[in-house]
Amino acid sequence: MMMNQMLRYGSLAFGVAALAATVALRAQDAPGGGPTAVEVSGEGKEVYEQICQACHMADAKGGGGAGAVIPALAGNPRLADKDYPTVILLKGRGGMPWFSDILTPEQMAAVLTYVRGHFNDYQDPVTVADIERVTTASPPVPDCNCTQ
Amino acid sequence: MDHTILPQTRRELLSMIGKAGGGVAMYQAMTALGHAAETQFSGPPALAGARKGASVLVLGAGLAGMLAAHELTKAGYKVQVLEFQDRPGGRNYSIRGGDKVVETDGTVQDCNFAPGNYLNPGPWRIPHHHRTLLHYCKALGVELEPFIQLNHNAFVHRTKAFGGKPQRYREVATDFKGHVSELMGKALNAGSLDDKLTKEDKDKLLVAMREWGALDKNMAYTGDLKVASQRGYDRAPGGGVGGAPTPSAVNNLSDTLSSNVWTQMGFFFNYVMQTTMFQPKGGMDMIGKAFFKQVGKLVRLNTRVTAIAQNDQGVSVSWEDTKTGQKGVAAADYCVCTIPATILNQIDIQVGPAMKAALKALPYSNSVKIGLEMKRRFWEEDYSIYGGHSFTDQAISLISYPNNNFFKDGSAVLLGAFAGGAGGYQLAGMTPAQRIEAALVQGSVFHPAEYRKEFASGVAFAWSRAPWIMGCCATWTEESRAAHYQNLCALDGRIVLAGEHASYYGCWMEGALLSSLDAITRLHQRAQAA
Repeated sequence: MMMNQMLRYGSLAFGVAALAATVALRAQDAPGGGPTAVEVSGEGKEVYEQICQACHMADAKGGGGAGAVIPALAGNPRLADKDYPTVILLKGRGGMPWFSDILTPEQMAAVLTYVRGHFNDYQDPVTVADIERVTTASPPVPDCNCTQ
Repeated sequence: MDHTILPQTRRELLSMIGKAGGGVAMYQAMTALGHAAETQFSGPPALAGARKGASVLVLGAGLAGMLAAHELTKAGYKVQVLEFQDRPGGRNYSIRGGDKVVETDGTVQDCNFAPGNYLNPGPWRIPHHHRTLLHYCKALGVELEPFIQLNHNAFVHRTKAFGGKPQRYREVATDFKGHVSELMGKALNAGSLDDKLTKEDKDKLLVAMREWGALDKNMAYTGDLKVASQRGYDRAPGGGVGGAPTPSAVNNLSDTLSSNVWTQMGFFFNYVMQTTMFQPKGGMDMIGKAFFKQVGKLVRLNTRVTAIAQNDQGVSVSWEDTKTGQKGVAAADYCVCTIPATILNQIDIQVGPAMKAALKALPYSNSVKIGLEMKRRFWEEDYSIYGGHSFTDQAISLISYPNNNFFKDGSAVLLGAFAGGAGGYQLAGMTPAQRIEAALVQGSVFHPAEYRKEFASGVAFAWSRAPWIMGCCATWTEESRAAHYQNLCALDGRIVLAGEHASYYGCWMEGALLSSLDAITRLHQRAQAA
């Protein structure tokens, strides 16, 4: 019990530090209030709505206009290989940043499972073990013209 | 408190400091160094004598592109600029009544602000040491006014501190300083730090803690009138028979710590956040408009770049008119490309693998800003808040009060959100109406009686959904800088990139301008050497 509490406290402290670093790295002109108390859900659908759809849209069809697009995740055959979106979520690709500092492995697994199963028909879940496996293997980011 | 040890008088202290000696020399040395380190800007580039007929094609009419066009024209080049949007300025942008905001999925917002009101969705404050930007503002006649950065009377709010009740920055900042000073005094007087300090430094530090922390003669932070002179009064000083003030009660250490006020105190120490800061009168886009006045006749708006090619002879850029569908090819000897990496990494561009790899290694940050037009300036009239920011740990991160038209009747626009990180994604993922509703809910914490009552209309700008950039600013890490930065900046044949992404002042207009000046200086050298 005591150990558990310490571990939890430890990971919480780490989370705050990681978030602070994110703010510093990602916006040079920052609001200045320090890390927010915004909590991302642990549920795949909600992670999608709270994070991913900011760019990929509620229907996961992406969008664009200036001769470049944010790719659709809906009906995207490249998601058949679950390692493909996993490595992009871990490392980013093109204009998309990595999300390893905003989402936990559990949240990443949940949202990848949701995106592959809900907006596509790939029903095999992405697990935390998958996230850890790809993190360890650290394959290169798939090359692309970033439209898909 | 029996062990309090202090130099007895200010004179004693000054005499102690004097004995240290050499201070003047040190101060002068520091000032000289500080001045030299302020900026890399050494005045506009002295480019001249371009070869007869030499030409440059500039892609993008943001600040980097328009500055390049402006200076290269002065140097004698024939310049043409292609711009995707129907307006110049890029991220140097203000949204006013009558403007339409289109998002990547085609969603359109109509801004209904009253004349004179605006939202700066991008850059909104200019540090006093951003000399390049300030130089061109002055040179091009852009009138600047103070941007109120630090307002002691604005609020600090954390959901889980003070029962969710916002606190005045002045009060919690004074309390934080006072409690820390008192603790430091206790540690010093208990001898806990004796092995870290000389006796003289210990004495100075005790004086510093007492004066800086507004402590009483017993080195305690109590909430007396001395404290009130910093954190404010329950009954303010008045005149005549009832003039005597009553001090306000201080918060205890634990409550003070729960406010996290040190994040704001530290924030205001940031080099780029220090006063004095400025904003253009009438909206940030006055800067873009001033550049456009110089180079507007060279700019083709509504022009989407579809391919960028080069060979030994020159550069040719394929384009498409976004309104008429007309297609064309623009040719020049050289190209300054300021298209953001998010877009450029999907355009067919004939550059080497190193530059291509750099363009693909640049993720962009997200950001959401929301402008809320309020029917009256209740923050001024009811709260004595004139400019500055009230901070919160909710997704909106802050609300910021307008820095212009103080005391005026009529409507004004508050910045209702400046969100990044998870909160920024959360807001960006909503429809514009949902974002505005969220901003009203969250911002009401500061002004519960007025916020909804006085709300007239809003506009919510999500950078990740802006079709022409699909993000806010380039995000470098130490690793990506080491691997790609030089390759991004290096001249590739006849093409050079410029913009905030090609600078160490990322996300600032100053970075875009410094990058542009560096790029055209190198381009000019290359052209002269050819």
